[in-house]
Amino acid sequence: MFDFSIVTSWIHQTLTSLMPEGLAVFIECVAIGICILLMYAVLAVILIYMERKVCAFFQCRLGPNRVGKWGSIQVFADVIKMLIKEIIELKHADKFLYELAPFMVIIASVMAFSCIPINKGMEILDFNVGVFFLLAASSIGVVGILLAGWGSNNKFSLIGAMRSGAQIISYELSVGLSILTMVVLTGSMQFSEIVANQADGWFIFKGHIPALIAFVIYLIAGNAETNRGPFDLPEQRVSSPPDTIPNTAVCISDSSTWLNTLTCLLLPLLQPLSS
Amino acid sequence: MNEIIEIPLEKLHDEALRLYNDKKMDFLESLTGMDWGDSLGVVYHLESTVTGERMTIKTLTTDRENPEIPSVCDIWKAAEFNEREVYDFYGIRFIGHPDMRRLFLRNDWVGYPMRKDDDPMDERNPLRMDNEETIDTTTELELNPDGSIKDKENIIFDDREYVVNIGPQHPATHGVLRFRVSLEGENIKKLDANCGYIHRGIEKMCESLTYPQTLALTDRLDYLGAQQNRHALCMCIERAMGVEVSERVQYIRTIMDELQRIDSHLLFYSCLCMDLGALTAFFYGFRDREKILDIFEETCGGRLIMNYNTIGGVQDDIHPNFVKRVKEFIVYLRGIIHEYHDVFTGNVIAQQRLKGVGVLSREDAISFGATGGTGRASGWACDVRKRMPYGVYDKVDFKEIIYTEGDSFARYMVRMDEIMESMRIIEQLIDNIPEGNFQEKMKPIIRVPEGSYYAAVEGSRGEFGVYLESRGDKTPYRVHFRSTGLPLVSTVDTICRGSKIADLIAIGGTLDYVVPDIDR
Amino acid sequence: MEMKKPKIKSIPYEDFVDNESLEQMVKELNEGGANVFLGALDDVINWGRSNSLWPLTFATSCCGIEFMSLGAARYDMARFGFEVARASPRQADMIMVCGTITNKMAPVLKRLYDQMADPKYVVAVGGCAVSGGPFKKSYHVLNGVDKILPVDVYIPGCPPRPEAFYYGLMQLQRKVKVEKFFGGVNKKEKKDE
Repeated sequence: MFDFSIVTSWIHQTLTSLMPEGLAVFIECVAIGICILLMYAVLAVILIYMERKVCAFFQCRLGPNRVGKWGSIQVFADVIKMLIKEIIELKHADKFLYELAPFMVIIASVMAFSCIPINKGMEILDFNVGVFFLLAASSIGVVGILLAGWGSNNKFSLIGAMRSGAQIISYELSVGLSILTMVVLTGSMQFSEIVANQADGWFIFKGHIPALIAFVIYLIAGNAETNRGPFDLPEQRVSSPPDTIPNTAVCISDSSTWLNTLTCLLLPLLQPLSS
Repeated sequence: MNEIIEIPLEKLHDEALRLYNDKKMDFLESLTGMDWGDSLGVVYHLESTVTGERMTIKTLTTDRENPEIPSVCDIWKAAEFNEREVYDFYGIRFIGHPDMRRLFLRNDWVGYPMRKDDDPMDERNPLRMDNEETIDTTTELELNPDGSIKDKENIIFDDREYVVNIGPQHPATHGVLRFRVSLEGENIKKLDANCGYIHRGIEKMCESLTYPQTLALTDRLDYLGAQQNRHALCMCIERAMGVEVSERVQYIRTIMDELQRIDSHLLFYSCLCMDLGALTAFFYGFRDREKILDIFEETCGGRLIMNYNTIGGVQDDIHPNFVKRVKEFIVYLRGIIHEYHDVFTGNVIAQQRLKGVGVLSREDAISFGATGGTGRASGWACDVRKRMPYGVYDKVDFKEIIYTEGDSFARYMVRMDEIMESMRIIEQLIDNIPEGNFQEKMKPIIRVPEGSYYAAVEGSRGEFGVYLESRGDKTPYRVHFRSTGLPLVSTVDTICRGSKIADLIAIGGTLDYVVPDIDR
Repeated sequence: MEMKKPKIKSIPYEDFVDNESLEQMVKELNEGGANVFLGALDDVINWGRSNSLWPLTFATSCCGIEFMSLGAARYDMARFGFEVARASPRQADMIMVCGTITNKMAPVLKRLYDQMADPKYVVAVGGCAVSGGPFKKSYHVLNGVDKILPVDVYIPGCPPRPEAFYYGLMQLQRKVKVEKFFGGVNKKEKKDE
């Protein structure tokens, strides 16, 4: 099948022939960064639209249907509106920590996302300790949330951040142990190895019971980690006092929670792409 | 109505204690502040849950500069909030009350609005746009052994406590109610409720409106019991004037009350589920509620504010489609109510969040006067339709739903079962509406004979009572609405101690109060 | 480039009663001059803003129940994109003042309005918010929320039917579409306020 590393090495060679190595690598990194962010944006748009429509059908109503055919460009309208809103600076917040917090959450999310092997040769990060790196990188997100709560100098944000942080940390253990099942079944922590070992069948079928249990546990714990329902108590829009999680962090962590979930769930499902 | 026994000021506390112990008068139904021109006083409506006997006592003081009356809040806990309300409106201070603060108005309000010689619209109280100063201490009037009164300071929240403010703008408090909660981690140590954000001065307004005009405001008190509130006021005025309404009107009023009760309980279900995070159930409840609103709209003209009952009858006869549509609706709801239980009641999350949470014991419920579904969930049979039947409730056969656990789950189940009972009542009545006229002939200007009258109905949330004192004019001298929600809010502090913040939401949702009813 | 007639899908232009004030606004903007590029960008941004107005959940009394009915299944607010009702004022676009505002609540409401991020809108729903309603003579009721906030749309009724809500919200959408975004509507308050 098509080995994408042919394309990447060709790009690398042309760039190094035109400019010094350091600059070539820098340009490649920037290009990859842009690709990741674009993927985030596209996936976020699709998933948000899907959530609104699907939830609406559960609840015996129609979702957005005025803006574009079947409401498909509703999310674009939302994005445009969010971009032009005033950014409110809080007087009493610790400026550095407060501004830093959303970046930490995004960095953690992007690092975890870039571990996903999308195709043969089309991985961004492929260490031989891939799984270990993934778990470590996604744990940085907690720091961001706690920073946001602490730096905002506000009782409610603190309570909300503590609740959210406590929930995330509690479920990381389950996530880690269930991912380890895959490592045990493969014998290697490298993602491309795990994917390549499933060329003759997914681990869910090959490993039957342990893999199935690990899958279910991962599904539940992954949902809990990213504060999606039914574990959305810390984030719960309805019952928590206002400003539980500060404004910017919410908008950004909304999209990054989507993508974190996606990251985690896509891992065992990428086998067809490489076989 | 039975006569009011006057008790002199000094003997009030002992007399009240005697009534509580000997005659078992453990339910303080209503505590009303009064201004009789030369004297200020309080009227107490008492009832015994053991014998069913009712009595009314009153006390007064002629000192208008510094009125002081002994407090009865150590006997009946319902008096705590009610006496604060009387202090707020009349300036009467209660000796021995631990927390003598204003309840509804801002703490920098000047004057006492309900006094007859006080004009609250003058320039003493302009619109203040600065935030209210939070005062964490309160005064208590203590009676010294030698008979003199001393002011003692009580502390509500210490400086070192972690106090969090919940509300007033908050999606889950069913209106504008502010709680100040002192936390230890996630556990609640103490709670202080701050009402008055929707206090519209209805009782003072009623004193300058004619009787038909006062009816318009009652729909807006507990808007989910609009039919029932107006029924109470009409009943009170009709009994006072000695007007007998026709059988047809009684049937129509009863059926409308029961439809309103189903409507309110469906909304209770929707809002409780939404508060706990189950958004889909919210939509199910509202979808079915819309069907009832269609029925109301066809006959009464309004969805939420119906303006249907009048003094002497109802506004207009029922629509020809009414009977058919109600029957169709009952068949539909019976078929679909299992969905509600499938989606929410058996869910392990709902059960864990509701079972064992917020237990209210029977004695506390009676002492606070928490009627309605809350009281019945604690084992107290407080249904007004059985205690003091009105309308055609004495002719229909229905069960009073009583659970004994007193926790949030019991409060939830009481209301779900009451929906089924209400449907049974409607089924028994809907085919037998007798012919008759829908409005008695009344004089153009309605005057109520002199005296004091009390009437109560079973609202969706509890006993809604109207206390009317008239001096024979065309406007009432004093109208007091016995609120369904005020006792419920006063129980929140007792119930919530030791539970977590998330439990506070579940408790508030299951107590099912509506804030405009509390603040009037 | 001329500002076009503000068009809302599926409602004919003639059905809106208050078109005169909007026409007036368009005339003033066109006289002030709107250049080609900014005009087109304005159009896109205003389209985005008007189709994604997120209300703040603020309901004090009876009109709040009609607001909840608006979000429920029969009169589905989500079709227009409004269903994302944010609990926090910092994330909301407009505040629909449903219900009576009393003297005790007025400073709270002003504080909520101040906390909202520009551009923000205020809709006064129901008789009580428009002018005091049935409680006009009371000593504790603010006669109309426009005494403390700048109101964009008034929706009368006691309570207004959900269809009336929609009419008012569509009128707000038309108003947003007509505004000149650059230099006009983003009214940032001065630092020392």
